[in-house]
Amino acid sequence: MSAAIEFRNVARQFGAVRAVDNVSLSIAPGEFFALLGPSGSGKTTCLRLIAGFEQPTSGQVLLDGADVTHVPPYERNVNTVFQDYALFPHMSVAENVAYGLRVRRVAPEERRKRAKEMLALVQLEGLGERSPAQLSGGQKQRVALARALINHPAVLLLDEPLGALDLKLREAMQIELKNLQRKLQITFVYVTHDQGEALSMADRVAVFDRGRIEQLDTPRGLYTRPHTSFVARFVGGANVIEGELARTLSGNARAFAIRPEMMSLDGAAAGNGRVSCEATVIDIQYHGSSSRWQLRAPDGTVLAVMRPETGAASDGHPVGSRVRVSWSPEHMVPLAETG
Amino acid sequence: MANAVAIAEPGPRTWGRGLSTFLYRRSTLYLFLLLLPPLLWLGTVYLGSLFALLMQSFYAIDEFTARVVPKVTLATYKQLISHPANIDIILRTLSMAVAVTIASAIVAFPIANYMGRYASPRMKAFFYVGVMLPMWTSYLVKVYAWRLILAKQGILNWALSAVGLDGVLATVLQTPVVGGPSLASSYFGMFIVFVYMWLPFMILPLAAALERVPQSLIQASADLGAHPRQTFWGVVVPLALPGLAAGSVFTFSLTLGDYIIPSVVGAPGYFIGMMVYQQQGTAGNIPLAAAFSVVPIVLIAIYLALARRAGALDAL
Repeated sequence: MSAAIEFRNVARQFGAVRAVDNVSLSIAPGEFFALLGPSGSGKTTCLRLIAGFEQPTSGQVLLDGADVTHVPPYERNVNTVFQDYALFPHMSVAENVAYGLRVRRVAPEERRKRAKEMLALVQLEGLGERSPAQLSGGQKQRVALARALINHPAVLLLDEPLGALDLKLREAMQIELKNLQRKLQITFVYVTHDQGEALSMADRVAVFDRGRIEQLDTPRGLYTRPHTSFVARFVGGANVIEGELARTLSGNARAFAIRPEMMSLDGAAAGNGRVSCEATVIDIQYHGSSSRWQLRAPDGTVLAVMRPETGAASDGHPVGSRVRVSWSPEHMVPLAETG
Repeated sequence: MANAVAIAEPGPRTWGRGLSTFLYRRSTLYLFLLLLPPLLWLGTVYLGSLFALLMQSFYAIDEFTARVVPKVTLATYKQLISHPANIDIILRTLSMAVAVTIASAIVAFPIANYMGRYASPRMKAFFYVGVMLPMWTSYLVKVYAWRLILAKQGILNWALSAVGLDGVLATVLQTPVVGGPSLASSYFGMFIVFVYMWLPFMILPLAAALERVPQSLIQASADLGAHPRQTFWGVVVPLALPGLAAGSVFTFSLTLGDYIIPSVVGAPGYFIGMMVYQQQGTAGNIPLAAAFSVVPIVLIAIYLALARRAGALDAL
């Protein structure tokens, strides 16, 4: 079976800027694939290359085994949910949803029927006659989804679809999107800068930085075994320890990552083969179930430690006091030199 | 450190500061003062004079003394619509305005489309200046220049026969009603001058409307399988309709009210503007002149109502 989407050494240059720099990847049919990275990392350009809004400067884009590098968007079996929803303001909700059928010259009765079905699928029954301007952000989002799905695309592209929604709605939509993808068995390519969103929804995640894929892995793999300091910091929020401090703590100069929740401030736990170091408390943020402590190691490296919130405010470690932070050596993840 | 940050240190108490604070607290009064001058201008100069005009049209002239009798009557309007010649003038002007508006839209659209959606910032600036530059020269100079261009010995005639198209011109000039002995003395020639004159008024709002069509809507349309032609008719044109409506109100009303072009170029038939000019000048019948100038207002109101009904103003 050929891949739903394949990039072969794809590059896209805008003037002197390499937005996408020699990217190769392969996405399986039915996969929920996330493109994760900070803004300007090239993830959205990759999505636009799949949709056909951009053409690569070099390399090839394949959909279902066929080279579509120079095929226009309207001849690709791919549909997009746009970041700003891009609903047509001069059409009703039902007309928006049925647009993909209208341009394919499907008969009006058939169009109405299928638009109704799609609106039911996204739980917007009865809103077909409204104008997009009368809808809330979450409803617009669903209309955009229904409109993109009506042509039964092989691939659905989602460009930061939940970016404009508030937190509660975003969480509900994450679950709904995931369920929808399971039900429809369509390949989803999901662009986001929110690592939590990518980790919780995707089967695999490609982490982008400066136009390149830093690491392509399962969410668990990315979180527990980051390859580079960028991935360790961006995906796991991990501490990256390098240079002299790394040599002192691990015995070799190779940088390593250690996640905040794997570190302990319990003085009694130090020893027993655990790695430990002295540090000064510089800040404590209360997060409810846990607290985030900022410590400064002797060489100036700032370490973050996540501590479950059980007892009193700072357990006798006020800001400015010295603590011993320790962790078990198996939680240290050696990193590649680059990054 | 905290001492260094001066938080809202009150300045010296001056008369101006006191007034600012007073107005800040009473925002309605402030808004009223802000709006008063423009409202006075709009109310007295624009609407007031329009109302005075409307009132004049409901007066009539005394046949013997040739003086306006300030008594409300429909006699002037009766006079306006009971003369077949007046109806002819209205229909002639209306037909010209419709033709000029349609032609302006057709000529303006490709230019505006390029300016609003494809031109680079430099190119766009060049086009805006190019479109507006002719408007900076004297209107009369342009109209008389056109009379020379369209004349029998004019450059257009010469150029057309040089490329062997004088037969086409002859056919156009032989067409009844719009033709004539030469372009300069035909309705077709007058139509050309009108389109030339009002084209910028169509291009500018249209380009502004096309510029505002979001790129993501064009992409969404293509993404959903629409070919460029379908996207153009299904998305771009409907979203440009408010600009088209605004531009057509300009071309339509300017044509309805103009009296210089019909008196310099074209066939001798009267237009509404010429009638207004004549009635208030040589004929001295101010009420009839007023009634004639109410006609374009009514026609434009009807036009806007139709445009609104067709949904052209929905995307505003």
